Amino acid sequence: MKLTRSLLVAILVTFFGAPAALALDVGTAILRIERTLPLPISRLDLPPADLGFAGGRLGIEDNQTTGRFIGVDFTMETRSVPPEEAAAALDELRANQNRLIIVMADDETLAALADHAGEDVLLFNATARDEALRNDECRANVLHVVPSRAMLADAVMQFLVWKKWARMFLIFGSHPEDHLLADAYRSSAEKFGINVVEEREFVDTGGARRTDSGHVQVQRQIPVFTQRAKEHDIVLAADEADVFAAYLPYHVWDARPVAGSAGLRAVTWHSAHEAWGATQFQRRFERLAGRPMREEDYQVWLATRVIGEAVTRTGKSDPSAIRAYALSEKFELAAFKGQKLTFRDWNGQLRQPILLTNRHTTVSVSPQDGFLHQNSPLDTLGADRPESTCRAFEGATR
Amino acid sequence: MIPLRTLVPMIVTVVLLSATPALANKVFVTNERGNTVTVLDSETWERIDEFPAGNRPRGITISPDGKELYVCASDDDAVRVFDPETYEELHTLPSGPDPELFVLHPSGNPLYIANEDDNLVTVVDVKTRQVLAEVPVGVEPEGMAIHPDGGYFINTSETTNMAHFIDAESYEITHNILVDQRPRYAEFTTDGKKLYVSAEIGGTVSVIDTSGEEPEIIRKIGFEVPNVLPEWLQPVGVKASKDGSRIFVALGPANRVAVIDGATDEVMDYLLVGQRVWQMAFTPGEEFLITTNGNSNDVSIIDVKAEKVVRSVQVGEQPWGVVVAPN
Repeated sequence: MKLTRSLLVAILVTFFGAPAALALDVGTAILRIERTLPLPISRLDLPPADLGFAGGRLGIEDNQTTGRFIGVDFTMETRSVPPEEAAAALDELRANQNRLIIVMADDETLAALADHAGEDVLLFNATARDEALRNDECRANVLHVVPSRAMLADAVMQFLVWKKWARMFLIFGSHPEDHLLADAYRSSAEKFGINVVEEREFVDTGGARRTDSGHVQVQRQIPVFTQRAKEHDIVLAADEADVFAAYLPYHVWDARPVAGSAGLRAVTWHSAHEAWGATQFQRRFERLAGRPMREEDYQVWLATRVIGEAVTRTGKSDPSAIRAYALSEKFELAAFKGQKLTFRDWNGQLRQPILLTNRHTTVSVSPQDGFLHQNSPLDTLGADRPESTCRAFEGATR
Repeated sequence: MIPLRTLVPMIVTVVLLSATPALANKVFVTNERGNTVTVLDSETWERIDEFPAGNRPRGITISPDGKELYVCASDDDAVRVFDPETYEELHTLPSGPDPELFVLHPSGNPLYIANEDDNLVTVVDVKTRQVLAEVPVGVEPEGMAIHPDGGYFINTSETTNMAHFIDAESYEITHNILVDQRPRYAEFTTDGKKLYVSAEIGGTVSVIDTSGEEPEIIRKIGFEVPNVLPEWLQPVGVKASKDGSRIFVALGPANRVAVIDGATDEVMDYLLVGQRVWQMAFTPGEEFLITTNGNSNDVSIIDVKAEKVVRSVQVGEQPWGVVVAPN
């Protein structure tokens, strides 16, 4: 699928009479790794076929509008393959002159792709959330636009501190990623002085995710599962596998709010967000894709815009120039979150405010007021420079 | 027909106006959330009235003869035209979708409107109410300014991060100047030799020299306020005094207006105003500068000569734009 826009550009250039000052072609690509996942609990969460790709299309359109004024032509190629074909797909994209590649993959596949790609390719991590990839396992040729689990956990925890909900009942799922998320919640709770007063594991026993009138049993099972927990202010659910968290609100034994994987959720984006000019952005996306924007779309859009900004400001398109500019103090990106986004030069992680949503409105945005930092309040979310064990970025800047 | 509750304050206004005709002007403030326009008196700073102005009123301006008040009703996809005396809606103008800001030609016609949703600038004849042109620009067009000689106008696009220079005859883009992130507002000096473009997320104001063959950025003004996080120093509205000696920049969530020396383009002072200061307008003699403060539901009144905030006046919900009737 080659989303070249050269015809439109040609027309526009004629129209504007804009001087093609740079005459630069920038080949970008999205590599999406398909995973066979169980169905989501809610049909609202069924993944659309163009998940992420639609965000990339919008990003390229945005880049093109700037590009056409200065003589830069952005193109985008997309691939969706199973993990075992990832390396071959990457080679193919590279052979087509795409050296800036946005990857939607699990952590393991991303790490393997980074090692396979080598230095003349720059990868943008749009979906993998492991801490390890930002620390011991970090790769110099990967920039992370998606927040880590620690950043998302800290975003929730700061809100709990603000609310003075200091006693947490942690319920985590039985899948490995649920355990990683529970770890992130525990570390974050310790960092911000929240007490984990009780922990329970909700074991996934398999079976169909959705059954007709399944709510009848849910209404009986969840209260029983959550009864006689120690006195708590909030229930925190760690359920990345999407097995049980959505059943917790209203069904938990004690009348307590739920946060984490259900209830109040920490996200990079949701389709109700309107602040900071987001309304126009949502509408542009919906016109293009015919559906509301998902987090994955926003993250891919972000990666595309990082590329667009770096190319527009430097007049260069080679991965090393893009990487150097992105990590430099000159880089800044407006992304409908009320402040500029920048990269952490010690591990290539994009700093960004995190939205807290009940899926209906934006409830709050973290970092919360009063959480201060000597460099940027955004560095109160996730691991800070002194804690970092990433060494691949040493000597990048500063 | 004028509603009774409007009539009473109007009579008061007439009395006030006749007492000191040279000083009192009507000040019109759009209230983005309240869906109204609040009318203030520039001498007493009393609220004269408040009238419905459509859905999500933002940009506001007035004809040079003071006979027509134009309001961008963003959620109605129209520009509503009101009689500044009776507050009656006269008609609407075709604006294209989601109009946010606009600028009138110095002669009073046409009106140049930024359509944030459609990446267009729409040019509308305010007399015939016809669309004269639609000019494709960058993503999320916002700020609009017209050169004092009327020969060309400026549009800033928030996601493309450019100031587009557009010929007022041919409607062709002649220059594109890359500025910092999310440019919101453009303002010429009266002599037309300098253009100020604010970048909200970039936190700077670009000073563009427009006196030569090609426009070029000659300086970027940054801001620094002790005990205010740099992230909150977000320049939005810009106003230049007629003699060009002072440039005022509204700094959004920093709740400050920066005072800039127009000769050196250095920041001289920061004035504490209400919360989330957005747009500004001078009184005709430039005695006062009025700022809209979106999060505190008020306007701050700055004594321009003294460079001091002299009072604040409560208006409607989430004030956004402001214009003062001419003498």
